[in-house]
Amino acid sequence: MSAPASDHGHEPTSFAFTQENLELAKRIIAKYPEGKQASACMPLLDVAQRQNGGWLPRVAMDAVADLLGMPRIRVYEVATFYTMYNKNPVGKHHIQVCTTTPCWLRGSDDIVHACKKKLGVGLGETTADGQFTLGEVECSGACVNAPVVQIGDDYYEDVAPEHIDGLIEAIKRGEKPKAGSQIGRQSSEPLGGPTTLAAFTTQADD
Amino acid sequence: MPKLTIDGIEIEVEPGTSILQACEQLGIEIPRFCYHERLSVPANCRMCLVEMERAPKPVASCAMPCGDGMVVKTNSETVLKARKGVMEFLLINHPLDCPICDQGGECDLQDQAMAYGFDRGRYLENKRAVQDKYMGPVIKTIMTRCIHCTRCVRFINEVAGVPDVGAVYRGEHMEITTFVEKAIGSELSGNLADVCPVGALTHKPYAFTARPWELRKTETIDVLDAVGSNIRVDSRGAEVMRVLPRVNDDINEEWLSDKSRYAYDGLKRQRLDRPYVRKNGKLVAVSWADAFAAIADKVKGVAGNRVAAISGDLADVEAQFALKELMGRLGSTNLDCRQDGARFDTSVRAGYLFNSGIAGIEKADVILLVGTNPRWEGTLVNARIRKRYLAGQVKIALIGEQKDLTYPYAHIGTGPETLQQLTDGSHPFSETLRNAKNPLMIVGMGAFQRADGLAVQAAARITGEVYGMFRDDWSGFNVLHTAAGRVGGIETGFLPGPGGRDLHGILDGASKGEIDVVYLLGADEIDTAKLGKAFVVYQGHHGDAGAHRADVILPGAAYTEKNAVYVNTEGRPQLARLAAFPPGEAREDWKILRALSEALGATLPFDTQTQLRQRLIAANPIFAAVGQMTPATWSPFGAQGPVDSAPFVSPITNFYMTDPISRASVTMANCVEALVGPAQERTGTHG
Repeated sequence: MSAPASDHGHEPTSFAFTQENLELAKRIIAKYPEGKQASACMPLLDVAQRQNGGWLPRVAMDAVADLLGMPRIRVYEVATFYTMYNKNPVGKHHIQVCTTTPCWLRGSDDIVHACKKKLGVGLGETTADGQFTLGEVECSGACVNAPVVQIGDDYYEDVAPEHIDGLIEAIKRGEKPKAGSQIGRQSSEPLGGPTTLAAFTTQADD
Repeated sequence: MPKLTIDGIEIEVEPGTSILQACEQLGIEIPRFCYHERLSVPANCRMCLVEMERAPKPVASCAMPCGDGMVVKTNSETVLKARKGVMEFLLINHPLDCPICDQGGECDLQDQAMAYGFDRGRYLENKRAVQDKYMGPVIKTIMTRCIHCTRCVRFINEVAGVPDVGAVYRGEHMEITTFVEKAIGSELSGNLADVCPVGALTHKPYAFTARPWELRKTETIDVLDAVGSNIRVDSRGAEVMRVLPRVNDDINEEWLSDKSRYAYDGLKRQRLDRPYVRKNGKLVAVSWADAFAAIADKVKGVAGNRVAAISGDLADVEAQFALKELMGRLGSTNLDCRQDGARFDTSVRAGYLFNSGIAGIEKADVILLVGTNPRWEGTLVNARIRKRYLAGQVKIALIGEQKDLTYPYAHIGTGPETLQQLTDGSHPFSETLRNAKNPLMIVGMGAFQRADGLAVQAAARITGEVYGMFRDDWSGFNVLHTAAGRVGGIETGFLPGPGGRDLHGILDGASKGEIDVVYLLGADEIDTAKLGKAFVVYQGHHGDAGAHRADVILPGAAYTEKNAVYVNTEGRPQLARLAAFPPGEAREDWKILRALSEALGATLPFDTQTQLRQRLIAANPIFAAVGQMTPATWSPFGAQGPVDSAPFVSPITNFYMTDPISRASVTMANCVEALVGPAQERTGTHG
């Protein structure tokens, strides 16, 4: 993690926002008061990352810095601080397994193991066909439905090792598996269904 | 005014004072790593924890403002335990390499571990290791030692104004780095090693050369620019091992420019350590007596008006005074201490001094820079302007070359006509100046080093008059000199006397054969080709351009090798002190002149430096007030006249090589290569 971001040898030499993304960037910048454009740093980095196939080369950070009039090192600090910015190329589908305590207690180790077995790669590695990158992340913030796996922008919650195979196969087929709880619970309600205000909830659902 | 109790002592402090500062006022020592009084307060090291009544846990005293009725304890069990805990955490990953660490012996972490550290670690895990970073030719990094206080990041962002250093990654993986692996493009980068409380950033040229406890420390002043930074020279035997800044809030605060700090290795190279006389076109080493005899042979019988003297950038006051007296006895009035060829009126002190004082910059609300690049001509003056900029509510404008000065400014013109437009109010910036309470103008040598220098000086004066820069309560007219010897030379009167020639006259005369003898007191930056067939005596410490041309070389002492007075650009006389003896047969400069005067039959009337200084003070009382600025009274100066519309050009084209010492320095050559570009062709005796 502490290796310089350029070690992977894929660093492009230039980066420019597409016209569409530039418009988007300008809309984002306009949300912040004059002189506080630096606040737009994180959303802009996200835009840049999406444009660049899921990862941030240094030239993209520089482009954001120049756009916001920030020293480049300031943007570099932000980009390296947050794990959601990938400093190295990732596969088309980025599988991020949460392994922080609540998920770990609920069996995230088994999830990681299942992913490794299915994909044939270790943590932080990408499959040979460039389709999948497997990663482990700190708390995804969905502890009530632990364990959680994030694939792309979607959360797959209440995941069991046996779900992994199906999820990955579906993605391979080009489908988009249903996000959210994999055991059919509503949002983050108790596992066995509502325990209080049951009648009220049922009515409301009707 | 909040009143609080610290360790049972009541104290009343200014609002906004932190507990740590209040403790300092009481003389209570609070350990700290991240807190630095001249930088912002991040409160991230947690070493300064104190116990406060009604607070649920220890508070970081550096960031906690004093409040009325607070009861603080700095020496309780809780405090000790808390600090010990912090120290243990800091030491989890800090290597145990003090014996091979350059910071050893003067390390904050080492010192504080004596008070708060355990005698053994409780961790069996491996310590983290961090790859070293490249930070340029003067800063050495051993990043495994870093404790992440972020002082360096704050220094380079706030004081230096070059946002090149940052902290990347997070938590245990956090690293301090430059973006990315590049040299820090600041002339103040050496201070990074000073602010670093551990051995993560150290001085590259000083690496593994000495231990702090074996060095002799001499408090002296720097002469490589006209700022007169206060320094401490650490020497071992006859060798200067390093140069560190001393605190002087009026001048350099506690910073030092890289040139002043690292050019000292130039003191060991290219030195003139014995007298030489040119015989059959070759310089031959001779004894002092022979050298004096050779000069006496030549000078005796030459009319006074055919003799001239030029003093250089590093010439001290005593030597210039002695040489002036000697020239007077030889009947010569052809003297000039402005070897850079600057033309300005020296009859009124206010016309050539930094009248507001460097600290006075902080009182200004509009700053007008004229023909100067303060970043290179007076790095610490520039740091002060940046400090003023950071304080807010200031407008800065520049007439001259556009350069990155580390703060934003309005570029309002390039040449003298902009001054005239400001004076008559036709320039848009006039409005800003008119509304200013304390307008400040800094005129650089770029404005005077031209044929119309006197007229530019008058134009600047008139602009100053129009906008109230010469008031009883405010002097906002400032001249930023580039050489430490210059103001001292002017104050001693090392200037053309009645009917005497100035620099241009001397060089003209020499090339036309009207001057037979030229005495160069460390003057290396003149065009030596113009000296023609004149007999040249060079007195100085380095084999540079002057010595190359000389017919007789008299080896003098560099600024670390003599007790001498220098006057900085503010007109503040300061004492340089002997830190190491001059090499070989080299002698203090005034002594050489005193001895030479005897050989010439014009014996100078002083035998000791004290006698010399007494005469100096009798001639100009400002020399009595060492360390003080004697305020200059104002009266019109300069010579009104037509000005050339040519743009102002800063005289310094290469910050790292401006004088014989820095030109001989390897470190400075490395800096040039890394930061300025390919080394310029050197003049003088190299190669």
